[in-house]
Amino acid sequence: MAFKNQEFEGKGTFHRGVHPPERKHFSADAPIEALPAPSEVLIPLQQHIGAPCKSLVKPKQEVAYGDVIGDSDAMISARLHAPISGIVQKIAVTTLPNGRHMEAIHIKAAGIQFTGDQMRREFLGGRWSKEVVGYDPDDVTRAINDAGIVGLGGAAFPTHIKISPFLKKKLDTLIVNGCECEPYLTADDRLMRDIPEIVISGALLSRLALGADNIIIGIEENKPEAIAAIRKAAGGTTIKVAVLKTKYPQGSEKHLIKAVVNRTVPLGGLPSDVKVAVSNVTTITAVARAVIRGLPLTHRVVCVTGAGIHQPKHILAPIGISYRALIEFCGGLTPDAARVLSGGPMMGFAFTDLDMPLTKGTGGVTVLTRDDIKKATETACLRCGKCVDACPMNLVPSRLAVAARHRDMPLAEKYKIRACMECGSCAYVCPAGIPLVQLIRVGKAMIMASSARK
Amino acid sequence: MTETPDFIEPIDNTPIEPPSLIQVGHSPHLSHASCSTQRMMMDVLIALIPVTGMAVYIFRLYAIKQIAICLAVCLIAEAVFVKMRGRSFSLTDGSAAITGIILGLSLPGPAPWYVGVIASVVAIGIGKVIFGGLGMNLFNPAMVGRAFVMISFAGIMAASGYESAVSGIDAITQATPLNAFKQMGISTPLKDLFFGFTNGSPGETSALACLIGGIFLCIRRTASWEIPAGIIGTVLVMGGLADLTGSPSGWTALHHLFSGSLLFGAFFIATDPVTSPMTSKGKLIFGAGVGFFIMILRFFSGYPEGVMFAVLLMNAVTPLINNWTIPKAMGE
Repeated sequence: MAFKNQEFEGKGTFHRGVHPPERKHFSADAPIEALPAPSEVLIPLQQHIGAPCKSLVKPKQEVAYGDVIGDSDAMISARLHAPISGIVQKIAVTTLPNGRHMEAIHIKAAGIQFTGDQMRREFLGGRWSKEVVGYDPDDVTRAINDAGIVGLGGAAFPTHIKISPFLKKKLDTLIVNGCECEPYLTADDRLMRDIPEIVISGALLSRLALGADNIIIGIEENKPEAIAAIRKAAGGTTIKVAVLKTKYPQGSEKHLIKAVVNRTVPLGGLPSDVKVAVSNVTTITAVARAVIRGLPLTHRVVCVTGAGIHQPKHILAPIGISYRALIEFCGGLTPDAARVLSGGPMMGFAFTDLDMPLTKGTGGVTVLTRDDIKKATETACLRCGKCVDACPMNLVPSRLAVAARHRDMPLAEKYKIRACMECGSCAYVCPAGIPLVQLIRVGKAMIMASSARK
Repeated sequence: MTETPDFIEPIDNTPIEPPSLIQVGHSPHLSHASCSTQRMMMDVLIALIPVTGMAVYIFRLYAIKQIAICLAVCLIAEAVFVKMRGRSFSLTDGSAAITGIILGLSLPGPAPWYVGVIASVVAIGIGKVIFGGLGMNLFNPAMVGRAFVMISFAGIMAASGYESAVSGIDAITQATPLNAFKQMGISTPLKDLFFGFTNGSPGETSALACLIGGIFLCIRRTASWEIPAGIIGTVLVMGGLADLTGSPSGWTALHHLFSGSLLFGAFFIATDPVTSPMTSKGKLIFGAGVGFFIMILRFFSGYPEGVMFAVLLMNAVTPLINNWTIPKAMGE
C-alpha cells in the first residue's frame, strides 16, 4: 500500500469508514475573500463546550472591535469578543442551527470598522515567523485563553485546556488535523494552500506550549496542493506531513490518531491518554494570530459551497454574522436549493432560519439541491450488516437503532451506544434508508435523561 | 408532505427568499446512491439467471413448471397475507419473487403441482409474513416451505422422488448423485457435477452456474463472502478429513462441494441477510456451522443431503451468534 513506509508510525488510514462523494470542486479554487463590514452581528453567549459566558456589556453600550463582551469564571469556557465596532442592542434568546436556544448579544455596527484589505492583511497576510524561541509556553496558553479560541473544526472545545503546559500527562506528539474529510468543505484546504506559513507558526507555538516533541500534520491525499504547500512551508523545521487515505471520517480525532501514530484512544478517553494532542489547522492559525499578533478570535474562514449556491466562496467572516449575509455575499441560493446546512453534509445541521448567527465552530455552509438529497423511503432492516461494515467505531448501528426505537436502554448500553460519534457512515450506506444516526441520537438522549434523573 | 410550489426564477439578481423551499432533515444529508434494498434484490435476481438458465436447459419443462408455480403462488401469497395483516403493499421489494424462484429451483422436477403451491404458501405465510414480513423472519422462508413439504410428502420429496423412469429427460431417469452414492456407493464424475448434467433439484445441479451467480453476488457485496467461504471451507476440511481417514470410496471432498445443493445453498440460501448474522465474524461462524451440519447430515443421517436442515438449524442459532459476536468498540 502506498500509505506505508512514510515517516510516521500509523498506516495512514483506519478500519471501516465510507467513501462519500468528495464534491470539493465547487469551492476548492475560490480564493479567500474578506466580507465587507456587516451592519450587525449576533454573538451567542455559548459557542463552545463548557460553561456559557456571561455578558459583560449592557444594551446601548458602545463596543469597539476586539473588546471582550462575554466571559466566564469557569475553567472550561471561552471568552467572546466584539467582531465589529458598534452599539449593543438587546441581549435576547436566539436559536442556533443545532437546535440549541441561548442568549446572544446583538451588536449594530457604528463607527469606523476594521474591514476589507486591512483585515485580510492582519489576519492572513504578512510574514509569519518559524522562530518561536522568544515565547514562553505560559504566554502561548494565556494568549489562546485571552483570544477565546476553541476547536474550530467543529467540536468547539476550548483550546487553552488542550494546548497547555499544565497538562497532567506529558504529551509527545501534536497532530495538526488537515483532513477535512467532510464532503464539500474546503476551508482548511484553502488555508493550507494560501497561507501555510501561519499553520506552521501556529503548530510550532502550540508544540512549545505543550512541550511535545513531534508535530505531524495529517492531510488527506485528495489535497495535493495543500500537502505541497505545507511541506514547502515546513522546510527547515522538524514538522512532518502525514499523507492519509481519503476516507470518511479520517478527520475524526480518534481515527486521525490511529492513522497517524497507530495508537488507539481508549473508549471514553482523550487523546492525551495516548500522549497526543490534536488540533485543527484553522484552530492552529487562530493560535498563531493570537500569540504573534494578539488578535482575538473574532473572524474565521468559512467555506460557503454546494450546488445550491450561485458562487461558492471562502469568506473571512466575523463570528456572529448571519448565514443570510454569507449566502447573499455568494450570490444567493439557486432555484433548486433545498437544504442549507451549517457544516458539511455528513454531520452538518439543516436549518431554515437564515438569520441565525455563525458560531466559532462552524467552518462551512453547504447548500444542497433537491437532487442531492433525494432519498428512498424507509424500508425494513434486512440485517445485511452494511452499517456494521461502515462503522468506524466498530459498533452495530442497526442494533442501536432497534434499541432506541424500543426504548431498550440496557440493550443500547450493551451495544455501547455512548461510543457512537454520530459520524453518519452507517446511515449513509444503509440500503433500507433507516435514519440510524437520528435513532441513535434519540437513544443517547434517553440514556442521558435517565442517568440525569438518577 | 406538502408540495413545494413551482419556482419562478427572478429576472434580476436579488437573492431568492428561501424559507418556502428550504427543508430540514437530519444528518447525514447524503446517502449512498447505488445502495438500496431494491437494488440488492435486483442483484439476487440477476445472480439467479445462470442457475435458472441451466435449470431450464437441463430439466426443460420440469424446471419451468416448478419455478412458475412457486413464483406465482409466492407473489399471490405475499399480496394476500400482507393485505390480511393490514401491512403496506410489499411486492415491489422483490423479496417474494426471490423466495419463489429459489423455492422453485429447490423442488424436485417431477413433484406434482400442489407441492409447489403448498410450499409457497407456507414459505410466505408461515415463513415470513407471520413474523412481521421482510426483515423480521427468523428462518429462511424458502427453506421453511421446502421443509414443510418435505415432511408432509415424504415420498415425493425423498431422493427417489427426483427420479422418473418415464421422463424424456436424461437427468431425471437417473438417481441423484448423492443418493446413488449413499445407496449404492456409485460416485458421479466430478465433471458432470461441475457442469450439472445430473439429477437433482433444478437449481442445484450445476456447480458452475451457482459459482458464477454467487461470485457476482459477493463482488456486488449483496451477499457476504464470509458465509459461502465458511461453508465451503468447512466442507472441504471435513470432506478432506474423511478422505484421509475413510475407505477409498471415490467420493472426495470435491464431490461433496460440487454435489447436491451445496453451492446453491452456500451462495443463494445461507446468504439471506435477514436470517444470517450481522458481523463479519458472525457470518464466518454461521457459514462454518452450516458447513458442519451439512457434512454431519451427509455422513450420518438417513438423508443423502443436508443443506436445508443445516441452514434452518443455523438460522435458529443466528440470534445467539449475533449475541456472541458483538464487536468491541474502538478503544474498548
